[in-house]
Amino acid sequence: MRGFGRYALAVYSVIALTFIMIPIVYTIVFSFNDARRTNIIWRGFTFDNWLQVCRAQDVCIAFGNSIIVALVATLLATVLGTMIAIALVRYRFRFRAATTLLLFLPMATPEVVLGAGLAAQFLAAGVQKGLVTIIIAHTMFCISFVVVTVRARVASLDPALEEAGRDLYGSPRQVFWRITFPLLLPGIIAAAMLSFALSFDDFIITNFNAGSTMTFPKYIYTAAARGIPAEANVIASAVFFLAIVIVIVVQVTNAARRKRLALR
Amino acid sequence: MSKNEFGTSGADLELRGVSKRFPGFTAIEELDLTIPAGSFFALLGPSGCGKTTTLRIVAGLEEPTTGRVLIGGKDVTDAKPFQRPVNTVFQSYALFPHMTVIENIAFGLRRRRIEDPLGKAREALRLVELENVAQRRPAQLSGGQQQRVALARAIVNRPALLLLDEPLGALDLKLRRQMQLELKEIQAQVGLTFLHVTHDQEEAMTMADTVAVMNKGRIEQMGAPEELYERPRTAFVANFLGQSNLFGGKVVSSSDESIVVDVHGYRVEVPRARSQRHSGEVAVGVRPEKIELHANEPVPASGINIVGPGRVTDVSFSGVSTSYQVSLPGLGVVTVFAQNRSFGPVVHEGEQVWLSWHVEHGFGLEDEPEQLPKFAADDDTQSIAAQRRRQLQTELEGA
Repeated sequence: MRGFGRYALAVYSVIALTFIMIPIVYTIVFSFNDARRTNIIWRGFTFDNWLQVCRAQDVCIAFGNSIIVALVATLLATVLGTMIAIALVRYRFRFRAATTLLLFLPMATPEVVLGAGLAAQFLAAGVQKGLVTIIIAHTMFCISFVVVTVRARVASLDPALEEAGRDLYGSPRQVFWRITFPLLLPGIIAAAMLSFALSFDDFIITNFNAGSTMTFPKYIYTAAARGIPAEANVIASAVFFLAIVIVIVVQVTNAARRKRLALR
Repeated sequence: MSKNEFGTSGADLELRGVSKRFPGFTAIEELDLTIPAGSFFALLGPSGCGKTTTLRIVAGLEEPTTGRVLIGGKDVTDAKPFQRPVNTVFQSYALFPHMTVIENIAFGLRRRRIEDPLGKAREALRLVELENVAQRRPAQLSGGQQQRVALARAIVNRPALLLLDEPLGALDLKLRRQMQLELKEIQAQVGLTFLHVTHDQEEAMTMADTVAVMNKGRIEQMGAPEELYERPRTAFVANFLGQSNLFGGKVVSSSDESIVVDVHGYRVEVPRARSQRHSGEVAVGVRPEKIELHANEPVPASGINIVGPGRVTDVSFSGVSTSYQVSLPGLGVVTVFAQNRSFGPVVHEGEQVWLSWHVEHGFGLEDEPEQLPKFAADDDTQSIAAQRRRQLQTELEGA
C-alpha cells in the first residue's frame, strides 16, 4: 500500500500539471505556426508571426487598448485605493463601517450583475461607451482589491514611526513621502500588479461597457468564433513570458537581499 | 568631540493647568509643573497614571483639553510637533526600518536644512559609541544598539528638551542598568533638559535630579529622590517608591519636636517636621530597612520606638539582605530588611522578636488612616476564598 501511495501522488501531480500546462503549451507552440486563415491545423514552423505581430492590425489595436485601460485604471485605483486604505485604518469618521461594506461589495457581486448595472447607469446618464467607460468600470472594481491589500500593510505600520517623523521636524507632506509611502510601497506595488492583472484580462464587465471599443480579451472572444489569428497567440505567449520573467526577477532580488542581510 | 558642538543648554518646560480628557476617562487632571533648564527630570508612576500622555502633550502629539505648554517661556500649545524644539526617544525606538542608521540620525537635520547633516550624524553616533554600524539597517542591530541610535537621532538635533518615553523598558536588567549610567553621563555632557517617563522607581531614583510621582492623573509628590524616599507625603508614594510599614492611630500627645501616636497600644513617636498632620487620627510609617530586630526586649530609651513582642512568620533570603515578616498582635505584619553582614538570617521563622527604630526615621502621611492600604495583601487565593465564604454565609443567613 505504501508503494501505491507514493506512486499515486506522483501520478496525480503529473496529470494535474499536464492538464494545466496543455493549453499554455498549445498557445505558445501555435504562435510559431505558419497559419494562413485559421490557426487550428499545424502547417509548419515560422518566426513571421513574432516578427510581424501587427500584421493583423485588430490584434494590436485591441492589445494596445487593453494596455491603456489597464495602466490608467491601475494608476487611478492604486492612488484612490491607497488613500482610502490609510483613511480607514488611521481615522475614525462617519460612514466608516458603511465604506468598508461598500468596498467589499464589488468583490462579492457577480461580474455580470456589476457589468450590466454599470452599463445601465452609463445609458441613463447618456455617456458614450468607449475607453473612458471601460477605465471607469475597471477602476471601480480594482479599488476594492487595492484597499484590501494596502489596508493590511497600513495596519501593520507602527504609528510611532510617523510620530517620530513629525517629532523630527518633518512636515505632514514630508512624513508621508519619506516615511509612510516608502514603508507602504511593497503593499502598493502588490496592489498595483494585482489591479493590472485583473484589469488586463477582464472580459465580462468590459463587454458590457466597451461599446464598439476592442480590448484583448474581447477580441479573443469574438475571434474564437471564426478562428484566432496566430498573432493573438504571439501576444498571449509574450504576456505569459513577461509575467514569468517578472516573478523570477523579484524572487532572485529578494533572495539576494536576504543573503546580503544575513552576511552582515 | 568638543562639548561646544552640543553646547546649547536646555530650556525650561512649564505646564500650566494642563488637563487631558479622553472619551470616558480623564488621563490628566489639572497639572502644574515647572522643569528647570538643564535638569534631569523623571515622571514616575504606574501604567495608566497619565505620565505618557503628559509626555505626548509636551511633544505635541496630543492636544491638552485645557492649559498651556511653555518651552523656554514661549507658548507652544498650538505648535505642531515639527515646529517644537523638542525631540522624543520613543518606547519602541521607532527607528525608520527603510533607512540606514546614519540616515535615521540625519533625518531631523535634513528636515531643518542644517548643513553637513551626515557629519553631525556621525558625531552623534560617536557619542553613543556606534560609529561602526552607520551603514546598517535598524533591524540588524541589537535592542541596546537600537536604543542608542534612537537616543543619537534625538540629541543630534540639540533640542531644548529631550523626552524619553520608557526608553529602557525593552532592555534586559543588566543592559538597563548600564544604559541608565550612560544616559546620565550623556545628559551631563550635552547639558540638555531631559524629561524621562518611567514606571521603574529604581531607574527614576538613580537617574533623575528631580522625580515627580504621578498617580491617577495627578502629581502626588515631587522632589529629589532622597527626599521622596525618606519623607514620603502620601501612602501611594510611600509604597510605590520602595516599601513602607504604615500604621494608623490617634495622636495622644505632641510637643514642638514630635507627636506621639497610639497604635493599638504601642507608643510611636514621629518628628513633627516629618509629619503632614499633627492631631486626630493619623497615618505614620517607617521604611523596612530602618527597623532593627531584637531577640530580647530592648531597654526603653528616648528617641527610639519599640514595638513587640511579635512572631517571625516568614524569612526570605535575597543575597545582600534578608526580608523578615513579623506578625505583631494588633499591628498586623511588619516587614523588616536586614543586611547580611554575617552569614544568613539572624532570627528564624517562629521566633519571638522585638522591633525598634529611631524616632527621626518615622514619617507621617497626609492620608486618612482608614484609607491606608491593608498591611497584608488580601488578594492572595486564601483570603479571596475566605471572603467568598463569608459572603456566601451572610447570603445564606439572610435567606
